[in-house]
Amino acid sequence: MTTTSVDAAAAAARSAEPRAAAPGAGFATTAVTTSRRTVLQFFRTPQILFMGSIQGALFLFMFRYVFGGAIQTGEGLSYVDFLVPGFLVTVILWSGMSAAAGVAEDSATGVYDRLRSLPIPRAAVMAGRSMADGTLVAWGIFVTAIIGLLVGWRPDGGAGRVALGIALMLVAGYAFTWVFITIGLVSGNAQAAQGMSMLVIPFSFISSANVPVATMPGWMQPFAANQPVSVIINAVRSLMVGGTETLGIGHTTGYWVVLSLVWCAGIFAVFGLLAVRRFSKMK
Amino acid sequence: MPPIIEARGLTRRFGDTQALAGLDLVAESGRVTALLGPNGAGKTTFISAVATLLRPDAGDLRVAGIDALAHPGRVRQVIGLAGQYASVEPAMTGLENLHMVARLFGLSKSAAAAASADVLERLGLGDAGDRLVRDYSGGMRRRLDLGASLVGRPHLLLLDEPTTGLDPRSRIELWEAIRGLVSSGTDVLLTTQYLEEADQLARDVVIIDHGRVIASGTPDSLKDQAGRDVIEVRPRHAADLDRVRDALAVVAAEAPRIDHDTQRVSAPVDDGADKLSAVVRLLDEAQVTSDDIGLRRPTLDEVFLALTGQPIDGAGPDDPTADAA
Ligand SMILES: Nc1ncnc2c1ncn2[C@@H]1O[C@H](COP(=O)(O)OP(=O)(O)OP(=O)(O)O)[C@@H](O)[C@H]1O
Ligand SMILES: [Mg+2]
Repeated sequence: MTTTSVDAAAAAARSAEPRAAAPGAGFATTAVTTSRRTVLQFFRTPQILFMGSIQGALFLFMFRYVFGGAIQTGEGLSYVDFLVPGFLVTVILWSGMSAAAGVAEDSATGVYDRLRSLPIPRAAVMAGRSMADGTLVAWGIFVTAIIGLLVGWRPDGGAGRVALGIALMLVAGYAFTWVFITIGLVSGNAQAAQGMSMLVIPFSFISSANVPVATMPGWMQPFAANQPVSVIINAVRSLMVGGTETLGIGHTTGYWVVLSLVWCAGIFAVFGLLAVRRFSKMK
Repeated sequence: MPPIIEARGLTRRFGDTQALAGLDLVAESGRVTALLGPNGAGKTTFISAVATLLRPDAGDLRVAGIDALAHPGRVRQVIGLAGQYASVEPAMTGLENLHMVARLFGLSKSAAAAASADVLERLGLGDAGDRLVRDYSGGMRRRLDLGASLVGRPHLLLLDEPTTGLDPRSRIELWEAIRGLVSSGTDVLLTTQYLEEADQLARDVVIIDHGRVIASGTPDSLKDQAGRDVIEVRPRHAADLDRVRDALAVVAAEAPRIDHDTQRVSAPVDDGADKLSAVVRLLDEAQVTSDDIGLRRPTLDEVFLALTGQPIDGAGPDDPTADAA
């Protein structure tokens, strides 16, 4: 063999054995792996972990003890039993604000650029984000429920119905994460995301969460009574107190539950599509 | 082997800005190519196109022989990206960060664990692997970010200003890490604003401005084209500035320049080392004492000035990008 052919053989050996193209992770691995990052981010940042819970506790205390005395709920229903189910549902909105900020931050800091450069299904990154945010919402509801029990909340609708109420909150919590992911992707940076998430304030307060809708001015009632957050609150509250009779909202518990699920499915479909398309598109 | 990157006539516009204005670039396999240019030159835009994050308005782009516009998914199987800002997760440890990315490249759990430990070791972060990244220094984060881009053993690494914001020591450590990679057979495209960095790392340098290539070649050939080494002297007494200029004029290849603000005289020279000792002798004879005297490479500004006749950030009235695309 001449030197040239040895070199050529070596070169051929090199080119015949290029590094295998990376296979890339599948949908499930991508979703689980990336969601783990977001969950760790939350639980390993004590400021976020504790501030979130303390904030929830403070608000619950204020409504329960400061405003509670002035608010008339239906016959045979104490204010705390009226308040806590509604308050639990609004936790979905409040934790959504930090989810939107987190998504915006990942867009701005290059985390999503790296993920978009990897051989993984881009939709799975969004699925992972929603799983993580869904988990964080569940945690928020759990912590708030404990505080609720401490201030005297006693859900007496029966174990099965209470469990159903919790499940419905989790479903709604998951569906709503897609709204906040979309806000985070569209807004571009964390401050703007926080700003856009101010939208949760009217949905949270102009609702049946803290006071009966009937006490609001007439022009406000159609929105307050029919917007999705109120529908979900009505469903959860009816389940927790064991019926709609004492609530003055009409219909049956089943009606509110089904309507809630329809809203959740719609929100999931619309915002899921928006978020995935936005994330997957090349700039 | 085909070129690792082959870009022809890439254009991309953002509103009024022509970020890429018909960029042609061929990066050969088996070496480091540096993309050198001032702020806003289009470096990140080009990297983003190669990384399939961004779609050019027009042009052809092949990465490792793959048509990047038709098959972006296949390109993602052969690249690793470290963006302009480190994007590792502060709330995870170094090892966890690498493990996550390795899993996403498609490695099994055990292979990911082995690859992560190996990469950490090679980057000199072995001891810090179990610490949270929020406790890392800026230099360590940057190195970990580099590690995340290569833990899947990509053919082509894309590094966007890998050393910006690092202190000199961390910068040198990162350079070492990049050199180690190349010797293990990874192709690298990196961007930088510093000629010295391109000089240290790259065999091919492509200078871009306003979204197009204005010069390319080896670092030495660029310096030959563009500018010579420079001797710079700061006399102790301002009154000596003129005498220093006269001494430099004897050896200089171009007329020396006096900078009255910094009280320095500088002149481009050929054969810098020889001329430097001559200057020392001449100053001695003229009985000038100097606080500082030295030979330095041309700065990016000087190369740029020599190539374009314009300083880096002074775009002229005839903006070359105005009517492109
Ligand atoms: N998403 C965007 N929207 C609008 N303009 C953009 C966008 N991305 C880049 N540009 C503009 O395109 C031009 C090229 O930007 P690019 O980020 O590629 O430059 P660069 O060479 O990476 O600069 P730097 O050294 O500052 O990172 C700049 O004028 C920039 O303002
Ligand atoms: Mg850039």
